[in-house]
Amino acid sequence: MSAANWRRAMNLQNPRPAATNSPAPAREARVRRFAFENPVRARHVIVLAFLLAYPWFATPFFTYQIAAQALALGLIALSLTFLGGYGGMISLAQMTVAGIAGYMVAIFGTAATDGVTLGWPWWLAVLLGLVIATLAATFIGWLSVRTEGIYTIMITLAIGVAFYYLVLQNYTVFNGFQGEQKVFPPVLGGVYWRDATPFYYLALFWALAGYLFVVYLVRTPFGIALQGIRDNPRRMHALGFNVTAHRVAAYAVAGVIAAVGGVLFTWYNGLVTPGSVGTHWLINILIIAVLGGMRHPVGPFLGAIVFVLLQNFAIDVIDRERFNLVIGLVFLVIVLFSRDGLLGWWTALSARLSTQRGATTWKAARGRLYAR
Amino acid sequence: MTRAWKVFWTLVIAVPVVVLTAWGLQDNARLFVVTFLNGLTLASLYFIVASGFTLVFGLMRNVNLAHGSLYLLGGYLGFFTAQFSGSWLLALAAGFAAAALVGLAMQVSIFRFMPGQDLRQTMVTIGLSIVIADILMWAIGAQVHQMSPPPWLDGPIRNLPVIRAYSTYRFSLLPLGIVIGVALWLFLNRTRVGMMIRAGVDDRAMLAAAGVNVNLVFATTFAIGAGLAGLGGVIGAVELSMVPGEDTRLLLASLIVVIVGGMGSVVGAAIGAAIFGLAETYGLAYAPTYSVVFTFVILVLVLAFRPRGILGRPA
Amino acid sequence: MESGKRTFVRTLVAVVVVVAAFSAGAFAQAPPVKIGLLATLEGPFAAGGQDSMRGAELAVRQRNGVVAGRKIEIIKASSDAKPDVAVNATRKLVEQDKVDIMVGPLSGSEGIAVKEYSKTQPSITFINGSSGAQATTLVNPSPNFFRFNTDGGQWMVGVGKAALDKGYKKVMVIAEDYAFPYSQVQGFMTEYCKLGGKVPVKAWVPLGGKDYASVIARIPKDVDALAVVLGGADAVNFLNQYEQAGGDKPIIGGSITVSQDILNYKGKRRESLVGTIAGSPIADAYEAPEFKAFVADYKKNFPDGYPSPSLFALVYYINMKATLDGLDIVKGDLSDGQKKYRDALAKMTLKTPVGDVKLDGNRQAIGTTFVTEVVKDSQGNLYNRVLKKIDNVNQTLGVPPSEFKVGSRDEPNCP
Repeated sequence: MSAANWRRAMNLQNPRPAATNSPAPAREARVRRFAFENPVRARHVIVLAFLLAYPWFATPFFTYQIAAQALALGLIALSLTFLGGYGGMISLAQMTVAGIAGYMVAIFGTAATDGVTLGWPWWLAVLLGLVIATLAATFIGWLSVRTEGIYTIMITLAIGVAFYYLVLQNYTVFNGFQGEQKVFPPVLGGVYWRDATPFYYLALFWALAGYLFVVYLVRTPFGIALQGIRDNPRRMHALGFNVTAHRVAAYAVAGVIAAVGGVLFTWYNGLVTPGSVGTHWLINILIIAVLGGMRHPVGPFLGAIVFVLLQNFAIDVIDRERFNLVIGLVFLVIVLFSRDGLLGWWTALSARLSTQRGATTWKAARGRLYAR
Repeated sequence: MTRAWKVFWTLVIAVPVVVLTAWGLQDNARLFVVTFLNGLTLASLYFIVASGFTLVFGLMRNVNLAHGSLYLLGGYLGFFTAQFSGSWLLALAAGFAAAALVGLAMQVSIFRFMPGQDLRQTMVTIGLSIVIADILMWAIGAQVHQMSPPPWLDGPIRNLPVIRAYSTYRFSLLPLGIVIGVALWLFLNRTRVGMMIRAGVDDRAMLAAAGVNVNLVFATTFAIGAGLAGLGGVIGAVELSMVPGEDTRLLLASLIVVIVGGMGSVVGAAIGAAIFGLAETYGLAYAPTYSVVFTFVILVLVLAFRPRGILGRPA
Repeated sequence: MESGKRTFVRTLVAVVVVVAAFSAGAFAQAPPVKIGLLATLEGPFAAGGQDSMRGAELAVRQRNGVVAGRKIEIIKASSDAKPDVAVNATRKLVEQDKVDIMVGPLSGSEGIAVKEYSKTQPSITFINGSSGAQATTLVNPSPNFFRFNTDGGQWMVGVGKAALDKGYKKVMVIAEDYAFPYSQVQGFMTEYCKLGGKVPVKAWVPLGGKDYASVIARIPKDVDALAVVLGGADAVNFLNQYEQAGGDKPIIGGSITVSQDILNYKGKRRESLVGTIAGSPIADAYEAPEFKAFVADYKKNFPDGYPSPSLFALVYYINMKATLDGLDIVKGDLSDGQKKYRDALAKMTLKTPVGDVKLDGNRQAIGTTFVTEVVKDSQGNLYNRVLKKIDNVNQTLGVPPSEFKVGSRDEPNCP
């Protein structure tokens, strides 16, 4: 084949014709300089407005027990979505990290007198809680980094259960079965932050911060490298990336997110006991993350809302004693009929609608590409 | 691993074990020997349940977290069969068959349609376990169901040398575990079906290319794996009784045994069961407060240094 | 046609107006009193939870669902013996379903968490279900949390002396490692040690363990009896494994070790259980007419229940009866933050099937405890007969309050 033919053949491999006019590449280059790929859409504004105005039209119960709890749980599940969806490492020890943060806040801060408590100022306790929990997450990561797939699930589950039995049996530091009671947020600026509306806004602030942080992080070189490691660690290693360091760093970042969620969740409950970090809760966080969908940071929050609603209202829907069946069936239906939880249904639906509206195939495909 | 390292690790593990054994024997020989027997017999039960789990994972990469519910199902059905027929052996068969049928149904109707999606299959098994556990509690109630051993295994064996007496039924778990283990090994290594299963573990695509009905092999394997869980359930119903909540406990134990021993390896399951059973019973006997933490720490250490278990295959 | 249609519409409107008027009239009657009911319907105490609901419902049925002219509306919730789940369920009942009075929870650590929650809801009255940890009313009590049942320590009063009477001079304690068994062991040992008994070994078993072979191996040859404070399936397991291993020492039971839900486990009745002494707020064979009427009522209303009501059924019945009796006294008046209602509860003498109950300064019950012994009836069913009945047992077990220490792993001690 002649050289010109060969070149033409090679150019045909590129879906975008190589002989484009200069304006198109220049336009692409200009767009890439923005920090956020995805522009702010109408639906983002609507949802934000709804969330901000929520306490004004919802009852205190719905604000506190449903919304704030969903936000705190969603934040913890977000750490799992980040680690699992973007890092390819499903860790069941995220609730353990959250629990460690909660316990540290209780031990270093104020808690019920029959527990172990040092009574230091709340900001110091929270800071120590976050730092210690992140260190614990890094340690868990270091232990788990050489495993993959189901083995990661298992080793993190084992670490979680070991921690559960440690806090169950140890009375000198963790107060055993009783756990730490009366762990409350402080009164700051004249506002008691455990009241329904202030706590809701606190949880909303940190949930938004976590969400935006993850959305930003996955577009940075670190985040892209992490996704590359998820897809093909060997190739990344060949390219010169330190795969192990990246993974441990991912665990640490997820640990920070889980720790913040853990402090919020502990303040929400007002207590932290071995039951808060038991097998039941470890699996619940996984259920929440999978329920919502692991492809986008909004997934865990969706999953958390569904989970909290089910937990509270399944008992009203069906005979008092069969509500576990309802929860199990709903979960089963969502997992059986969707590839990726609720978000999977959403993407399938919007893909179907967009092709119906006659959008070009390239635009739809590009939308799906960047939805990851 | 070089020879020097092998010697080093052998010493690191063997020396403390020998020292502790010597101390234990001279401190309270009866307690030490009884605990050893307890550990081995408990390990037999764990091995029987875990072997099914590892078989299913080894071939189909399916982490069946509903394995515990199958244990519960087999146990309850075995209990009622024993009550109506009075025969413990019939109960064993009934427990095995019931769990095998349910496992077959799960594979044929659900898992067959999601090949390769490991996480999704795992989540489905979690959902199934919640649903099955609740249906069982609805149908059978939350009462404790304690099955009696058959008359020829009832009561203690007396006048033993160091330990004075030991439960006959518990002692019989050891030969039972060995028999099942050997039968499983023979099945996998000396029959055609076993050969197909082992080939499938190594390379599923080639097996299909060689003209074997892979779906049939999968279904058979899943049924056998589930049946083993049910069999374990009937055995456990006598030793540990049946109550809602047993499913998560035995599931966790199976997971640990299989992880320590290595997924997909029956011999690995035996080794893992021995390590876990002995660690648990010695912990409970000598340091009950932190015994469970201790067993999980062992698991974490094994995984940290051998990420695929002792005899494991790649995930 | 047109006029027919107009007539039809007018009749319809008239009917609607009349029905609305009647409904409005109906609303003019007293609104129903909403009572939230929380028990463990999942997890380790599920069987006990089911029976506790029966006990509470019996109290309501005895009044035909009406108290002080108001209809009783029971809203049920479930927990699984975990404090955070119990608090969530309670919060839902109080803030979402807007109950006036809250009855529950079942297990000890849940009770402590619900007590803390009750402090944030000063205008709702919280009455205990069956949770029996000492700390609930002894440490940082809540002004609107009332416990009409005696706690775990009070339940074991009298057993120490009964054990010595039977000749058990040395006892080994085998109990689960958390708050409720601590209080039970304390109730037993306070008396036992004072009267000269010795406890050389205490084996605290981690919660959730089912394999007692190792603990059984540790039993020394020279103890006279075993004090076993295990509940639910764990008790059945232990007794079974102990007998299979050839053990034959007599057993002293905790309150939930030989309760009806255990004596009725499905499986062969163990002869070894006969003769076990225990301490409990209930004795199945108590001869008093009020108790026999209670048992007959239970059997009539719940043919699918146990042959005799369990500890959980009785205790929930007592607490629900207190709730309704209090409403009777104030004639259903829950206004003014329920202040009158609470005063009535604090001052009343509650008549229960097993004796009178009064509350102390911490709103904790002072009541009756039985020392029981397991016997077999003609049909082969096991039940508890009364060895001794002790009235007016208070929370500090007769010890001056300043000297009283809440039970723990190491307290009390008499090796």
